[in-house]
Amino acid sequence: MASLNCRVCKMLILKCPYCGASGEETEFECGGEAHLKRFGPGSGDDEFQGYLFDRVNRKGVHFERWRHSSGCGKWFHAARNTETLEIYGTYSAQVLEPPAEIREKISGKVPGWSWREFS
Amino acid sequence: MSDNPVDQGAEDSVGYVSIRQLGDRDIMLLRGDFAFHGFNGALVAATGLGVPPRRGIIGYGNIQVAWMSSDELLVMTDSASTEKIAKSLEQALKNQHFLLAEVTDSRTVFEIRGDLVREVIAKLCPVDMHPDAFMPGEIRRTRLAQASAAIWMTDDHSVRLICFRSFADYVFNLLKAAAKPGNEVNAFEKAI
Ligand SMILES: [Zn+2]
Repeated sequence: MASLNCRVCKMLILKCPYCGASGEETEFECGGEAHLKRFGPGSGDDEFQGYLFDRVNRKGVHFERWRHSSGCGKWFHAARNTETLEIYGTYSAQVLEPPAEIREKISGKVPGWSWREFS
Repeated sequence: MSDNPVDQGAEDSVGYVSIRQLGDRDIMLLRGDFAFHGFNGALVAATGLGVPPRRGIIGYGNIQVAWMSSDELLVMTDSASTEKIAKSLEQALKNQHFLLAEVTDSRTVFEIRGDLVREVIAKLCPVDMHPDAFMPGEIRRTRLAQASAAIWMTDDHSVRLICFRSFADYVFNLLKAAAKPGNEVNAFEKAI
């Protein structure tokens, strides 16, 4: 599939990096913002409050966790634009930051973008 | 014992495709690390088939092995070979982390046949059923309206579908409604 989003129906088309299937968003579930650092027992109240509630909730370039809930069942990451609905790419759940190739791709389309500590 | 006629494996429906629940399939779920030394060999020894390619389904005669996720396979057989295959796998994999569960009683398989079978599935699943996009040899896990299911084609006019047995009635009625005579779309002319 050349384009990973449908400009006509404005529906997200995601490609699962684990099973490789492309499907529209109702085959998946969004698991909220990506790359959160967990603060658990032993952390301060401010850190724990931030972990629970602070989200950038960005209009524009955004990173999320998704699960292929009706498919292979795996969690993965997606980089997308909440304003244009473009999907920049999907990548493994087992990473702590967006891969360089996806960041470069976003830079080509949205020069100067930043999202939390990433740019 | 169910009083649901669909659950008896007997009911056929002829809309503009035929829908039949297959009663002769035993189904085993096998999870493990495909890359682990000896995993593929154990599967070959038990079934004659190795780990299929990603989203692939392979088989011969009455046995199929399907790739369900990067650590999950389905083995479908007739009931005569189930026990032998299960014992062989358990023996060969006993020194590694794996899970083998017979799920025959919790899954069921439908066969849908007809020239317009692709569009009947396309009405219910968010999957590109165009002949260039979906072909025999691929198994696709998806949803059929509200029910999780996996679909594959045995030839260009025949789809098999596996779902939870508790959804059999719901899935059967969905398929029947999608294939109601008069509701033909002729969406994939090349497939006719
Ligand atoms: Zn998947």
